[in-house]
Formats: sequence, C-alpha cells, structure tokens
Amino acid sequence: MSASTSGATTRPAARPTVLAGSAAIGEAMIAAGCRFFAGYPMTPFTEVLEHMAARLPEVGGVCVNAESESEAIGMAWGAAATGTPAATGSTGQGLSLMQESLAEIVHARLPLVVLNMARAQGDYHQATRGGGHGDYRHLVLAPCDVREAVELTGYAFHLAEYRRSPVLVMGDYYLAHTHVSVDVRPTDFGPLPPRDWALDGSSGGTGAAKLISPLSDRKQRHAGDRADAGYDLAEFYVRRGAALERMVAETEPRAETGFLADAEVVVIAYGTPALYVRQAVSDLRALGRRVGYVRPITLVPFPSDIVRAAAADARVVAVYENSGGQMVDDVRLAVLGAAPVRFIGRLSLDPSGFGIAPDLDVGAMRHRVEALFEPAHETPSR
Amino acid sequence: MSASEAGRDRDAPTPAGRRELPILTTTHQPPTCGARLVHDFTPDLIDVGAHHLCPGCGEPIAMRSMVEQVTELGQVNKAIAVFGIGCYTAYSNNLDIEVLQALHGRAPSLATGVKRCRPDTLVFTVQGDGDMVNEGLQEVLHTAARGENVTCLMLNNGVFGETGGHMTAATVLGQRTKNTLDGRDAARHGHPIRLANLIAELDGAAYVARGAVDNIVNITRTTRMIRNAFRTQLRGDGFSFVEILTMCPTGWFVDTAAAPAYLANTHAATHTLGVLKDTARAPGPHAAPEGTTAWPA
Repeated sequence: MSASTSGATTRPAARPTVLAGSAAIGEAMIAAGCRFFAGYPMTPFTEVLEHMAARLPEVGGVCVNAESESEAIGMAWGAAATGTPAATGSTGQGLSLMQESLAEIVHARLPLVVLNMARAQGDYHQATRGGGHGDYRHLVLAPCDVREAVELTGYAFHLAEYRRSPVLVMGDYYLAHTHVSVDVRPTDFGPLPPRDWALDGSSGGTGAAKLISPLSDRKQRHAGDRADAGYDLAEFYVRRGAALERMVAETEPRAETGFLADAEVVVIAYGTPALYVRQAVSDLRALGRRVGYVRPITLVPFPSDIVRAAAADARVVAVYENSGGQMVDDVRLAVLGAAPVRFIGRLSLDPSGFGIAPDLDVGAMRHRVEALFEPAHETPSR
Repeated sequence: MSASEAGRDRDAPTPAGRRELPILTTTHQPPTCGARLVHDFTPDLIDVGAHHLCPGCGEPIAMRSMVEQVTELGQVNKAIAVFGIGCYTAYSNNLDIEVLQALHGRAPSLATGVKRCRPDTLVFTVQGDGDMVNEGLQEVLHTAARGENVTCLMLNNGVFGETGGHMTAATVLGQRTKNTLDGRDAARHGHPIRLANLIAELDGAAYVARGAVDNIVNITRTTRMIRNAFRTQLRGDGFSFVEILTMCPTGWFVDTAAAPAYLANTHAATHTLGVLKDTARAPGPHAAPEGTTAWPA
C-alpha cells in the first residue's frame, strides 16, 4: 500500500445515505484518505471499528483488531510513521490506556487522528490537558451532530498532517448511534506539506538514514570519536515546544454562537448536550428572555476570545456539561472575572454506564437556564 | 594445558555438560614491523562507532551481527528498525538504518503498523528483556500469535541494564541484581520467563531461536539465527524471533573478563541455546524443495 499524497481522495461523491454516526465517521475517515485503522471494541466506539474493519480493505487499507487499546495506538503509531494517514480511538477508559503513547506521538511529531467516542462528558480534562507525560498538547475538535462530525473528521486529518501532530475528535454515545442522512464527500482544506519525514527504508545506507523519535529527529552525524556530537536534546525540546505553541496559536478557534446581541445570561456547552442547550435557549428567547449561547467547536484551542466577548455584557455566564464540571475551568479563564460563572451541568446518572443521560431533556434544561435569571445567580458559585 | 586435556575428544561433554573447544599451543611470534590497517571491518551501516555502552557489554556484538545481516541480505535500502527502550536505544544514533523509536514494550505493535503499511520493507524490533518480557510481554506474544511478518530481536542480559542492574522477568534464579541482592529466590521473586519457549508455542511464529554472544562460536551461530529470522520474514512466512543472551558485567556485579563465563554458567543454564522452531525446515508448505540451496548450511 502506498500512502496517498493529499488529505482527500478521488473517491467519487457519495449520494446522501442514511448512516449511523459511527459509520458516517468511518466513511468520513476513508474519504479523508485514512488507510490504516486499529482499535479494540468498547461501546460506543465499537461500531466505528466494525465499520472500518468492513470498509478499509475494500479501499486498499488495513484495519487491525488490536488486542488492547495500548496496542491499537502502537500500531497506528507505526503506520503514521510510514506516512500513511492513520487513525485509532476508543472510549474514555480506553483513551486512558492510550495516553502514554499519545504523549510520545506528539513528541515524535507524527500525524494521527484519535477518536474518543466518549461516555457522557467526563473526558474533557483528559482530552484537553491529557493524561500522558511531558510537555505536550494536541488539538481537540468537538462536533455536536453527525453532519458536523463528518466535516470535522476530514478537518482533523488535514490538521493532523498539516501540523504533524495527533488531533483528537470528541464524539459520544448519541453521535455514534444516531442515524441521519449524510453526504460524505472529501473536503479540500488546502495544500499539505510534503511527507518527506516518513519512513520507507530507502534512506538506509545513504549516510542520512531517517530517525523518528520522541527524543530527537536527527541522528548524530560526522561525530568522529564523540558519541554525543551533533545530538542536542535541549535544542530539540525547544524546537518541538515552539512547534506546539505555533500549532495552538495558529489554529483558528471555532465556536457556534446564538442570540448574543443583548444577552444578559450566556450558556456555554459543547457536543451533543449543546443541542439541548441551544433548543432551551431558543425556546426562552421566544418567551422574551434575554439569553444567548456559545458552543465551542474546538476545545483546543479553546475559543477564549469568543467566550470573553460574549461575557462582556452578560450578568451571568453558565456552563452546562454532562459531567462534574470540567470545561467550566476554561470558561472561567476566558471570562477572567468579567461575570460570575455558574456550573449548571450534572453527572450522567445513567445506570448503564454508557452516558445516556436522563439529564438531557429540553424542558428540564429550560427550567435550569431560566433559574439563572433569579438574583441569587449574580454572585459566583465557587 | 596438559597433554591429556589437549587430546580430549572435543565433542565429549565436560562434567558441567558443555562442549569445550581445545586450546591449541603455538610457536607463532609477533611480527617485527609496526601494525598497519589492512582492512576496516566496521559494517557499512555503522555510521558512528563511538557509543556510551559499558566495557564488556554484549549488545554491540549483537547489534553488529544484526547490521551485517541487513547488508548481506541486500536490505540496506529497505530496512526499518523499531527500537525499544534500553541501553541499546543509544544505537539509534549510530546506525545508518531508518529507526522508529518506540516506548517500553510497544515496539512489536509499532512494527505491525509499519509492516502492514510498507510490506516491501524488512521490519525488525530491537528490545531488551526488561522492555520485552516485563513491560511488553502482551505485545510480543500477540504479534507472534497474529503471525505478523516482522522479526523481533531480544537482547537478554537478565537485568534492567539501563537503570543500573535490576531484576527483570528473565533474571535467573540465584542471580544477584540491585533489587535481589541475595539472589533471585523463587519463593520471594517468582520464576524467570523463558520467552523464546513461550513464543515457539504460538502457531503464528515461524522461526524462533536463542543465541548468545559470549564466544565466537555462539556469535557465529547467533548471526546465522538472525539471518534465518530475516529470511523467514523476506519469504513472508510469518513471525520470527531471536533471543540473544548478552553480557552485562556492570549490571551483574562481575568482572568484565568473567562476564562471558558468567553468561554461560548462570544465564544459559536457564535460557538454553538453540533453534526452538523453524517451520522452513519442517515438512510443509514452506520447506525448501529437495536439491535446492534455499536453506543455508
């Protein structure tokens, strides 16, 4: 298998088809050029793996049923090092196992798309701060529905290759299992740099054999008798740190906003729960309440400027998450005290453990947002 | 050496059960002229000769055998090495071979990804016993069971050499290490894992051997094992594995000169040397046809 040279393939445009979210994401990955996938079953990631196992061989790709999540990301790491557009993923707990390798893949500057088909929203800190070692960051995208997931999956492959870094796509149970009519076509996100770093064995014996390592990207050369000549770890760390800083600074933060013009209450949510927030806010607007919303689409970089601008004239900023409250930290950092920030989310209490939250109810959400108009909410909650 | 020792049947086992080669007396005198370099035998793919490894370490010998076989099999422009974490990791800088650096234990999974995407390359891992038997046992066993067409080389010195000589899962009973100062005791520390034996049991493994680098005979045999493992991969027969016992006088607390004997007496007594599995020699679809020279002597 040879690696294609751009993020998009020449696959003919598909007609709109009714697909489950997991299958749509799989098709989007294939359309974006993905030719290697490895994974280990875990609900709700399982159906993505099933789809890739069935579909990748048909387009000349490889899907390996790995023995565990740590092996899945290891295989994807090896595939990525050959310049093959590769992806892997899991569900929160599986991502915990992958953190060790994910940190190293960032350090080794390899493109990789990692899916977290999460249960509820308790993986925000894991996704944005990471659980791996060392001084690393990677980009995180959070679609709210299947159509956006298809677009962002393609974008993730582009960003991964453009920045030579892993990109994490946050999905969830609803996204994986919702069937919708989608048109999965590759999007052209612009030119990509050449894959001149990729391994194919051909540089062996040339005096300049390639090295892909989290500790260095160049071998010592013409060092004479000194084994450490030409090998400067500190210099490599500085260069890599600068590349990560550039990546976050130069990637456009994305967010969807609504009804912000005169909003005195602003509600912030991401992913599937944001759809319920959006509907509740829309309903309350129809009733004359001055309420708006912001939905971060990129979690890294966090759309801090958009949140800050939304909070400038607000009386209260509220964060809804289906978790114990994690993004609320980033919102507070963005708002910087301009308005009190309230957490109005809640842990998923779903006894199945899959994060199917009884909390997600537009009526209940409306009551919770409406309560923010009471004077008690003008002081900070914590 | 007494006359009776010199005349002893070289194939007869010694009391310790090992075969010893005779030591020949010589009257050869050193040359009167100064030494001069007649040929540089450094393998082409060793870019930088200097390294940080301790005196008496066996790993450079094993690395040299590996590098020589990449050249001899004509794979110079097709080889991708996946390195684990250990003393040998520093060699990623010395070799003129493409190297992908993995984490502790994960190299077989990375090698799987590389080989699946670049089936036309020679893909091999270089790992130690701490890396492979402790941290990465699951990875190598599953890679072997899947019959991935890659080669894994394990440098087994029975200690975590890079950390300064601590017990690994391959440390033999009685062996002194930094955290088994009175010697590994089965009751307290469990039993060593003979990895090559485990792998040989797996149907996906096509070639499994255990060699050593304590003397020239074993070095030659080990080099041949590496060659056969690479050839197994080049034929597309499946997973190949060579475990190589190497000296670590620093980690073993023994004199440098005594390390080869320590390896033979202590280490190789548990991790016995030999070819454990060779499907190319076994009757079956991969056997070399009679009358051909497909199989090296």
